[in-house]
Amino acid sequence: MTFKYNNVYINDTSTITGPYESKGPLSKYFDKSYDDLYFGTKTWELAEVKLIEESIDILLNKLEITKFDIDVLISGDLLNQIVATNYAASSLGIPLIGIYGACSTSVLGLIIASNMVEAKQVKNAVASTSSHNNAAEKQFRYPVEYGGPKRKTTTFTSTGGASAYLSRDKKGIKVESATLGTVVDLGITDVYHMGAVMAPAAAKTIYDHLRETKREVGYYDLILTGDLGIYGKDILKDYMQTEYSIELKNYDDCGSMIYDVENQSVYAGASGPACAPLVTYGYIFDQMKKKDIRRVLLVATGALMNTTMVNNKNTIPAIAHAISLEVVE
Amino acid sequence: MEKNKYKNLVAKHTPKENILCNGLVAFVVGGLMGVLGQGLIDIYSYFFNISTSDAAMLMIVTLVFLGCFLTCLGFFDKLVHFTRCGLILPITGFAHAMMSAALEYRKEGFITGIGANMFKLAGSVIIFGVVSAYVFGLLRLIIIGG
Repeated sequence: MTFKYNNVYINDTSTITGPYESKGPLSKYFDKSYDDLYFGTKTWELAEVKLIEESIDILLNKLEITKFDIDVLISGDLLNQIVATNYAASSLGIPLIGIYGACSTSVLGLIIASNMVEAKQVKNAVASTSSHNNAAEKQFRYPVEYGGPKRKTTTFTSTGGASAYLSRDKKGIKVESATLGTVVDLGITDVYHMGAVMAPAAAKTIYDHLRETKREVGYYDLILTGDLGIYGKDILKDYMQTEYSIELKNYDDCGSMIYDVENQSVYAGASGPACAPLVTYGYIFDQMKKKDIRRVLLVATGALMNTTMVNNKNTIPAIAHAISLEVVE
Repeated sequence: MEKNKYKNLVAKHTPKENILCNGLVAFVVGGLMGVLGQGLIDIYSYFFNISTSDAAMLMIVTLVFLGCFLTCLGFFDKLVHFTRCGLILPITGFAHAMMSAALEYRKEGFITGIGANMFKLAGSVIIFGVVSAYVFGLLRLIIIGG
């Protein structure tokens, strides 16, 4: 399902990260970074709440507006019952649509926001998302201090919060169209190889988007997946070629960009809902504003993983949502 | 694409783990842990003038303490990164598994947090340790008669 937008713009964005991201190659593109993982709170879960709250604060400051000017907040995260979002929204007092799309949440939020802004249901919307490495490790894997040996294909959950402000004002980045993803499951059960889980979902969404918009892959200056990691990237390219006969040119993956994969111990790269928006709002938007690149298809990928289902020997389904972003001429 | 075909495609792009190298590192580090343990037994039995079995008990207490201490200081997980399973499999790993879980859940309270979660990883070790001890004990009884 592809939506076409005529009057939706991302006017401004904000990014906030933890220490690992600020030691990576894109550090200068983030608005704020913390040196520890608690950010002055008592638990990792509250630290993640703070990531959302503070990213929205930074965004409002940039726009010189108050929270009372925001019509709707669309937000999601990785924690159970999306608690980071719910607790942040409880202190902000902005009407909330809480969403879950695992690591595809950022683009899902942008799509819902764009639809509402385009339909004039709201004047503006803020789309937020967050992830926290330790909070995610605690929930999905082993205790953080345990640090058991991991496989090379494991991805490292990024710590960060990102928010975007969308309205009909013609400034910033234009949201041109978007394609909602379908859930794809090709039978992968390995929770330490999320790139393999998500690659087919990304491929299907990219294929659907190109078919429904009648575009060639070369239309975009850059096609950017969310968090496939360095091995998932190769899998996607190969799968795209074999399954759809499409050669992915001008392609990169946020998960392999945010860290220095060679020198930081992050295995196959970054993952987490914050990964795609941190790279896009920080680095990619900067390139677009300089007009180095003009058209970007951002495909945020999410592994819809649940530890109980995986322990019950079920396979892991995945989803990917795509949004087409353009420089305002 | 069929699931089997996709599995092959994934395998093509999945890097091989250095099983031999990791195994060798774990073997050497685990071996050194054994040497350290034996050294401690010798030292304790010599200086405190106690039996080897009493000294072995003290050795276990020392290693468990060391494991917990390094976990609390936040070092152990970094050591695991380099030593692979060399420190996880000996008694230090058992202490580390319990301590890391206790640290992780301490904010959720003594009973609902630490008490309920401390054996999250170590519980399996105890259960299957006891079960395999019974199985091998029984096998020993059957084969060589005790």
